Amino acid sequence: MDDLLSEFLTETNENIAVLDVELVRLEQNPNDPSLLSNIFRLVHTIKGTCGFLGLPRLEAVAHASENVLGRFRDGELNVSPYAVTLILESLDAIKSILLVLEKTEAEPAGNDEDLINRLNALAEGREAAAAAPAAPVAAAPPPPPEPVPEPVAPPPAPVAATPSVPAAAATREVAPVAEAAPPAPAAAATPHAAPPPPPAGGGDGESSLANQTIRVNVDLLENLMTMVSELVLTRNQLLQILRSQKESEFAVPLQRLNHVTSELQEGVMKTRMQPIGNAWAKLPRLVRDLAHELHKKIDLQMLGAETELDRQVLELIKDPLTHMVRNSADHGLELPGERVAKGKSETGRITLNAFHEGGHIIIEIADDGKGLAIEAIKRKILQNGLATETELAGMSDQQIQQFIFKAGFSTAAKVTSVSGRGVGMDVVKTNIEKIGGTIELKSIEGRGTTFTIKIPLTLAIVSALVVECGGERFAIPQISVIELVRAANDSEHKIERINGTPVLRLRNRLLPLVSLERLLKLGDGDQDNRETFIVVAQVGNYTFGIIVDRVFDTEEIVVKPVAPILRHIELFSGNTILGDGSVIMILDPNGIASFSGEISGGMHDTAAAAAEAKHATRQDDRMALLLFRAGEGAPKAVPLSLVARLEDIDLNQVEASNGQPVVQYRGKLMPLVPIDPSWQVQRDKRQPVLVFADGDRSMGLVVDEIIDIVEDRLQVELGTERAGFMGSAIIADKATDVIDAGFYLTQAFRDWFGNATDRFEDERLHKVLLVDDSPFFRNLLTPLLTVSGYAVTAVQSADEALGLCESGEDFDVIVSDIEMPGMSGLEFAQAVRGNSRWQNVPLVALSSHATPRDLDRGRQAGFTDYVAKFDRDALLFTLQQTISETKGAA
Amino acid sequence: MSTNLPAKRTASTEVAVVKNEDFVTMTIADQVFGIPVLQVQDVLGPQRITRIPLAPPEVAGSLNLRGRIVTAIDVRLRLGLPPRAADKPGMSIVVDHKGELYSLMVDSVGEVLSLTSDDFERQPATMDARWREVSTGIYRLRENLLVVLDVSRLLNFANTEAA
Repeated sequence: MDDLLSEFLTETNENIAVLDVELVRLEQNPNDPSLLSNIFRLVHTIKGTCGFLGLPRLEAVAHASENVLGRFRDGELNVSPYAVTLILESLDAIKSILLVLEKTEAEPAGNDEDLINRLNALAEGREAAAAAPAAPVAAAPPPPPEPVPEPVAPPPAPVAATPSVPAAAATREVAPVAEAAPPAPAAAATPHAAPPPPPAGGGDGESSLANQTIRVNVDLLENLMTMVSELVLTRNQLLQILRSQKESEFAVPLQRLNHVTSELQEGVMKTRMQPIGNAWAKLPRLVRDLAHELHKKIDLQMLGAETELDRQVLELIKDPLTHMVRNSADHGLELPGERVAKGKSETGRITLNAFHEGGHIIIEIADDGKGLAIEAIKRKILQNGLATETELAGMSDQQIQQFIFKAGFSTAAKVTSVSGRGVGMDVVKTNIEKIGGTIELKSIEGRGTTFTIKIPLTLAIVSALVVECGGERFAIPQISVIELVRAANDSEHKIERINGTPVLRLRNRLLPLVSLERLLKLGDGDQDNRETFIVVAQVGNYTFGIIVDRVFDTEEIVVKPVAPILRHIELFSGNTILGDGSVIMILDPNGIASFSGEISGGMHDTAAAAAEAKHATRQDDRMALLLFRAGEGAPKAVPLSLVARLEDIDLNQVEASNGQPVVQYRGKLMPLVPIDPSWQVQRDKRQPVLVFADGDRSMGLVVDEIIDIVEDRLQVELGTERAGFMGSAIIADKATDVIDAGFYLTQAFRDWFGNATDRFEDERLHKVLLVDDSPFFRNLLTPLLTVSGYAVTAVQSADEALGLCESGEDFDVIVSDIEMPGMSGLEFAQAVRGNSRWQNVPLVALSSHATPRDLDRGRQAGFTDYVAKFDRDALLFTLQQTISETKGAA
Repeated sequence: MSTNLPAKRTASTEVAVVKNEDFVTMTIADQVFGIPVLQVQDVLGPQRITRIPLAPPEVAGSLNLRGRIVTAIDVRLRLGLPPRAADKPGMSIVVDHKGELYSLMVDSVGEVLSLTSDDFERQPATMDARWREVSTGIYRLRENLLVVLDVSRLLNFANTEAA
């Protein structure tokens, strides 16, 4: 492209960006002469250059706008929203022509006559006069009626772009003219009274500024930056050498070199820095247009626009920011009427705030709109199948809000109207994370939403924590590090293992740990009895600990990409040279997180099921849990509802029957099952036993010590493959293994069941179909019902159950959960009742909510009875009743 | 960085005309190899090398060469030879490949030879497949044979492994 043309394009685009902002300001301060003259000058420059370059179409449009602006400047015409809209429109026309010009290097064919005519009409006062005769009369004291023939938006709501603007003046519909009218003479008078000062002042300032800046190719700056980075590293090496030598003649010059280098680095860094206001420049215009379009009144406040950050970062956050502001204006803020009804001011406010904090830049985008509608998000989550109702019930509002960052939450256009928010928030999040930033969300329904973005100042130099592992040093970017924890056997924190998986208790939470040594295949991974450090890192919402051997300092490092032949190793985001001259690999916390996730996925093929169980039990219902100690390791727990009695048994009374220890208990033989497989019957001792009983059968689970009964939420945090264990949970602030009672019950009663069928051949087992999406409850209820003499078939969804119906299975009774993903229990009941084959099978609903209203709804859907989920006895009783009733009826 | 010996670049401009080509020679396990001198950036003595976990075994690690990060390749392992004895320090030849620097670790680096194409021959078909893959041919020297290494193929192992 022609140099001249390309320079013209850059300059004109810049000027237009400035104009956008200035015009909106002008609309609010119609009588600011310096603003007006500046706008006039910019448009004039565009026109002049167009003429010089032979671009007639552009010139014509610019000329017409300039005419209108000239009349403003001379006080012959009032600044009205309509006029500003028209000038903005002409800027848009110029922009679109420029775009084509940039691509084809020629003006597109076309005709702007309509626009030019309207501009000319305005300049001559015709248009405005036709609509409102009083409008052009600048000093008309009585407020004229509706002077603005607004073609775009019936109730025009001008935007207050700067905090300093008296919003009241600009936002009232009739006010602009009414209030602008009295000061107009002053506006007109100022240029007349003192025409030289404003242009002189403005011109001087501008031209001297222009002389002081030059355009430099960005590549050149990038190169400079790289060179300076190298210089800094070399300087660091020299200083290190100097430190080891006493009385060196190099000391003084090196000190000097040190200072100069530091200053040079700072200076070059500055050339890359730009105020964040550059990324915001387009926002006032955007918000103004949106306000018109949506008939809203919006006040955009921008604080900290002078906050500087690296231009590379700036480029990357520009689009996400624009997107979020548009979202706030579009979906966040309510219409003026709604706002008044809610007792808020008519004008909605969007605040952008940027500031430095600890080597990072924080950008807040806040609105005082309606906030995120939790219920609407929930509906959407269920609709998209992102979570089940049970899972949602256990989530905090904060967790639910996070779903707006999920992909798929935003793609469908209809989501916008339902959820109120969230078009492309996943893209925003991805873009911000790509540059090593994070985004957080806070929203209070009815009060507004605040997004907080945290991004590194620059991508070239990052602050990193240097750690050692397996004799090698690695750098971890500081932005993802939350805290450091020293872990040793004698310290407060110690690494515990569940089935070999290391975990750490940290403030009442189990923190999953990743051994860097094992992950990087350094050494043998045997880390017991050693002092280690845990780097607590956060990636998105996932917090985990990285086990390392030592922690050194944090150091500013220059990130360099790794060699192409190593790019496939996802655990490294780059490499760098430290101050001492050695090369060090930079770990990528995202890579570690996904890698550790994969490992756990591979280790437990039921990882998904375990996660499901975790959510399923995350209810507000607290459960009574019996805590006890048995065998090695963590304390163990079992739901108290399963335990019939606690007994203390004299081991002298233990006898052996069929190779199994038994004890005479209430006139019957009770088999004893130890949790600890190495348990031996020791004479002359007593041992606590948990008695699981049903009817006149009972089984004793031998434990070492009963600790406590606690009321707590059973929240299985980590799944396991060990037989007899469901997983681990934090109970009473301790990592606790939750035992699978069903496993031990079947151990004791397997033989007995065989006998039972032999003994009562005529009385076949009643067949129960159990439908529950949560594996936790399936595991809990299946053994319970089996022990009670039912043949249980457990399925995880209503669809699966209906499949069994179609394949010809028959059951005596169906027990179904209500809250299930996909087809709910109520829908299932309706389907069963509508179905010919199973329509007479009794249906028992199982739910954590058992209010009278729920009962009614259940009955209507076709359930025979309704049982609360944790009520074991009620369930057994209901089953018995239901079956006998059906039999009686048959 | 104690022994940075800049490579000599003599008469390199006339190569094409007189069909002479200059090679930096080196030995690995008593075999002489050559790399076109124009591709060679530096010759280094023993260096402090940072191990790179999870990297292919042939990648010995990375090192700092005057502020640039250089990936070190153990040519012995690349050629399927046993690793060098720990007590032998070894030397490295730094080459530029697509803008990235690689340090080829060899037993020792010799002189620069100017060889005529008359002495050049394709590799014998019976040569080890791995050696054939990374070399372009053989020069008959008076006393021994020189295997010409092809740097881009030598560094291509990551791809061949992945495939």
